[in-house]
Amino acid sequence: MNNEVVKETGTENIVKVSYSGVKWKQFIGLMKSLLKNKMAVFGGMIVGIYFFVALFAPWLAPYDPYEIDLLNKLQPPSMDHLMGTDDKGRDIFSRIIVGSRLSLAVGVISVLIGAFFGIILGLVSGYYGKWLDTLIMRFIDVLLAFPGILLALAIISALGPNLINVMIAVGIFSIPTFARIVRGSTLAEKKMEYVDAIKAMGASDVRILFVHILPNILSPIIVQGTLRLATAILTAAGLSFLGMGAQPPLPEWGAMLSNGRNFLWSAPHVATFPGLTIALIVMGFNLLGDGLRDVLDPRMKQ
Amino acid sequence: MSTTAASTREPLLKVTNLKQYFPIKGGILSRPVNYVKAVDDISFEVYPGETLSIVGESGCGKSTTGRAILRLEDPTDGSVLFDGKDLLGLSKRKMRAVRKDIQVIFQDPFASLNPRQTVGRILEEALIILHNMSPKKRAERVAELLEQVGLRPEYASRFPHEFSGGQRQRIGIARALAANPKLIICDEAVSALDVSVQAQILNLLKKLQKEYSLTYLFISHDLGVVRHISDRVMVMYLGKIVEIGTKKEIFEHPKHPYTKALLSSIPEPDRKKKKERIILKGDVPSPIDPPSGCRFHTRCPLETEQCREIEPALENAGGDHQVACLYAE
Repeated sequence: MNNEVVKETGTENIVKVSYSGVKWKQFIGLMKSLLKNKMAVFGGMIVGIYFFVALFAPWLAPYDPYEIDLLNKLQPPSMDHLMGTDDKGRDIFSRIIVGSRLSLAVGVISVLIGAFFGIILGLVSGYYGKWLDTLIMRFIDVLLAFPGILLALAIISALGPNLINVMIAVGIFSIPTFARIVRGSTLAEKKMEYVDAIKAMGASDVRILFVHILPNILSPIIVQGTLRLATAILTAAGLSFLGMGAQPPLPEWGAMLSNGRNFLWSAPHVATFPGLTIALIVMGFNLLGDGLRDVLDPRMKQ
Repeated sequence: MSTTAASTREPLLKVTNLKQYFPIKGGILSRPVNYVKAVDDISFEVYPGETLSIVGESGCGKSTTGRAILRLEDPTDGSVLFDGKDLLGLSKRKMRAVRKDIQVIFQDPFASLNPRQTVGRILEEALIILHNMSPKKRAERVAELLEQVGLRPEYASRFPHEFSGGQRQRIGIARALAANPKLIICDEAVSALDVSVQAQILNLLKKLQKEYSLTYLFISHDLGVVRHISDRVMVMYLGKIVEIGTKKEIFEHPKHPYTKALLSSIPEPDRKKKKERIILKGDVPSPIDPPSGCRFHTRCPLETEQCREIEPALENAGGDHQVACLYAE
């Protein structure tokens, strides 16, 4: 009796301990090959810095981003104000730092919304096929037929202009890309024999889809998600630029850019710095996404 | 396993008039314009404890038969009685309850294991789906299963890509065993392995059959393998059964010209023994428009006018031996 108990716990320990060990080893291996890609490292560093800034924004910003100082308006960059001041005398550097929270939040949340619905639609469509597939894919085609920003504009004009609605709008227009990628991968994956084996075991469809197929098609989803973040941030900034997103006095980059438009000749720095900030983060996400694709999903490389 | 005794027993699996047609869609409305008749009206029985092999060349419908029994594809027509239950009439939910009794081992040991799961997780998955077990019990059972198929329990923490083909096939067998099945369908289970590894796996299958009184439906194109493992053999050609009988009968007294041709293709190790090789003319006809009458008549050395018109039925040729040929000796 005693002997059995000892044996029992013994095997269990072996299973548990080395299981996490192997996962960790895989992750390290992936990181190593990612570090070999210089552009990806560069992109990753940019993204990392942005996230760091967003996290510690209140402590990093030298001035209150909302404090109006009309005596010092439209000052060019100086030692006091690294990026100058805007038309209401607010420190642009501080506003960009605090604004990073808004832009990253909009990007991440809208991509999560898009990925969530896109993955479910893609899985269902690819796995069940037949009329359900036709139905979902036609719906996706309809979404794709709209130019992205136009669709987002339409959604926001219906819901009203604020940042939450920007997230919803950008999320909805991210659904098609995710749905298509997931559907394609699911179609390939469901033909694998291990899916048949688990079906023969009597697994439910939900289990097959989420425990077996989804983890195997995660790579293209992660890659797409990273690339999509860039588009989402850009679109959100675009919407704010058009006045459909963040409302003043929120320090959203797109809104700041739009504001700077009026002083493009007299004080070009008001528009330049938010513009550069947006360009840099979009580039960062794209470089990182391309690097991740090379590591995670070599087949997708063209 | 004496088969005369087997025939008096109740069959474990009774397949009757099984048909599996795959539609070929065409035209603007993508309506089926024709059908691939992968399995066309076959009936056979498998008795408890025996190994029935299905042999035939690629595309003869042997794998489709296995998939139809497992209901991985829904057959067009026919019935599959397993343990007295008609599997094809069961709802999806009820079918799930029966599934644990019928398991499958696949050909490709690289595709049949989920690459993202550890071996332990793959086996546990089966236990989670089929039996209500505590995690502790499960870990214990996983170790036990691995030992039974000749692997070390520590392997539970590794991923499939760390194993060789033979080891992976053992994992596949362990997964099938996890369900405590009555019937295991081996779909070309050793075809992808080296000859030396094939022998090991076959011996393992035989050992497990004895220990757990398993029944095998063994699908293969390799006659050497079939000769090693089967009790009875069923030969298929273009979706039809041409001959079925005990291993001894089929290998020593084949009656159908197709079976004879198949057997003559086995290389003879003894060079002094002269053997007549029957070379079949032509290719396998398309299963979309199979030949009229006997399906084999386009390639048969005995072919006559009658063969083109009359479709021969499976007829008794002594004992358990059945042949579908007008001119069977």
